[in-house]
Amino acid sequence: MSAELTDLTAKAAIDAIAAGDLDAAELFGAYRAAAAADELNAYTWVAEDTPDLGVAADAPLRGVPLAVKDLFCTRGVPSQAGSRILEGYRPPYDATVVAQLAAAGTSLLGKTNQDEFAMGSSNENSGYGPVKNPWDHTRVPGGSSGGSAAAVAAGLAPWALGTDTGGSIRQPAALCGIVGLKPTYGSVSRYGMIAFASSLDQAGPFARTVTDTALLYAHMHGRDERDATSVGRPDEIALPTGERLDGIRLGVPDTLTGEGVEPGVMAAFAAALETARSLGATVEQVALPHADHGLSAYYILAPAEASSNLARFDGVRYGARSEAGDLLSMYTETRHDFFGDEVKRRILIGTYALSSGFYDAYYASAQKVRTLIARDFDAAFAGVDLIVTPTSPGVAFPLGAKTEDPLSMYLNDAFTIPISLAGIPAISLPCGLSEGLPVGLQLAGPAFSENRILEAAHALERAFAFENTPSRIGGGAAA
Amino acid sequence: MIDRTQVLHVARLARLQLSDEEVGRMSTELSSILGHIETLAALDLSAVEPTAHVVPGAGRLRADEVRPSLPREVAFENAPDVADDGFRVPSPQA
Repeated sequence: MSAELTDLTAKAAIDAIAAGDLDAAELFGAYRAAAAADELNAYTWVAEDTPDLGVAADAPLRGVPLAVKDLFCTRGVPSQAGSRILEGYRPPYDATVVAQLAAAGTSLLGKTNQDEFAMGSSNENSGYGPVKNPWDHTRVPGGSSGGSAAAVAAGLAPWALGTDTGGSIRQPAALCGIVGLKPTYGSVSRYGMIAFASSLDQAGPFARTVTDTALLYAHMHGRDERDATSVGRPDEIALPTGERLDGIRLGVPDTLTGEGVEPGVMAAFAAALETARSLGATVEQVALPHADHGLSAYYILAPAEASSNLARFDGVRYGARSEAGDLLSMYTETRHDFFGDEVKRRILIGTYALSSGFYDAYYASAQKVRTLIARDFDAAFAGVDLIVTPTSPGVAFPLGAKTEDPLSMYLNDAFTIPISLAGIPAISLPCGLSEGLPVGLQLAGPAFSENRILEAAHALERAFAFENTPSRIGGGAAA
Repeated sequence: MIDRTQVLHVARLARLQLSDEEVGRMSTELSSILGHIETLAALDLSAVEPTAHVVPGAGRLRADEVRPSLPREVAFENAPDVADDGFRVPSPQA
């Protein structure tokens, strides 16, 4: 079978189907077989049959299969958000973005594993077991959208949906050697996404190329009257064609000194900057004086919002229930028995930060720091077009390496979190290897600058020539 | 520093039962995390407005019109216990 089919980019598959050279059902069948044989635990549900592709095959995305992170509601299909408290939950409706992409012609291939309620950076917080990194099966794929990233990297899906709250698209994209875009907050509807931190959560695409990433995002954005925080884009998304970076000013945060970053990651980052210069870009330092406080602000705001959002899981209307003699015990035991450790930790932090006597010191302060961080980015973008950093301070780490120390796990997201707090878009694309494992480059721009980001990423992708064809990567020492 | 009493107080607010072992572990872990967060206290934030929401132009509401909602039987499909067209729960005073 068909390594050739599952090696195709989504764009190449769409063009082949449109030209009559490839049958959409044959493509779906190849991916369905690959996904059903998944050895990475990337999927929590895979479609049993090839759907009726009659209508989809005429739509712009031509019936090409799509993997969807478990926390998106999919009508009649398990949507468990990586949590045992939602085991077996089959929503009565589709998330807006799932419906939009179905209308554009994607076919639902499967639901992908994730950290429970998107809380995590390694996928080890899933209630359904960790996902393995396709480059090395003894290592994590990153998180929280680890199943989506691993599936795309391994050729178990041509592209996938993820969500990013503090880095949950960009970091797993980096650790799995693929492309992931965290769009401008509000540009994609959150309706039907099982909520973690509502002021930060944003859906976005994973793919193996910048072009596929742009193509999927082009069919995801738009204002939705069911999400009052959604806004329309000022422009449409164009497929990128950039080959040069002439006149592009790249900014490197002056706090990025290499401290806390693996040497191999800094070396790949330095080489990426050299490549950018060779394409015509200029590189300068920018000041982001409050970015270092981003992690602290985030670990107040996100748990505070989560503690409120997760109050809905009470064993009454859906999900699991623990039997107990009285109502209060039913609530407290259900939440004890079916939430995992990280979720409990964040509920407690968030409840503490919102509780009487601590609200001003924690939550109100964090909201003010958020203002300062957003202003820092505004000021920086007055002088540069894009800000560049490594996506993650390290490459994929061994399974189990950080599970005992929540704080060290949180530090994985030091470069992605400030951008999330500012609500601005950023992409991660693979720029090289360190210790034989992928390193991601993060490019961030002002709100709604996705086209600028995608153009630059496209030019860099051509120059990096990073090999991530599924049949040619990893499998890893212990595969 | 978050001691066991504070962990139990917050857990009660969050309607979350914790085992004895969990109370001890959470006390240690939350203290470590909140210790890191304490760095915010060094900033002078007195003149800064808080940000609850980052995107201008959001928050437009749709017209307040009656529309069909989920049929009752569909809303019950995922419920752990249904009785008499309602969600059944244990008595608050059992």
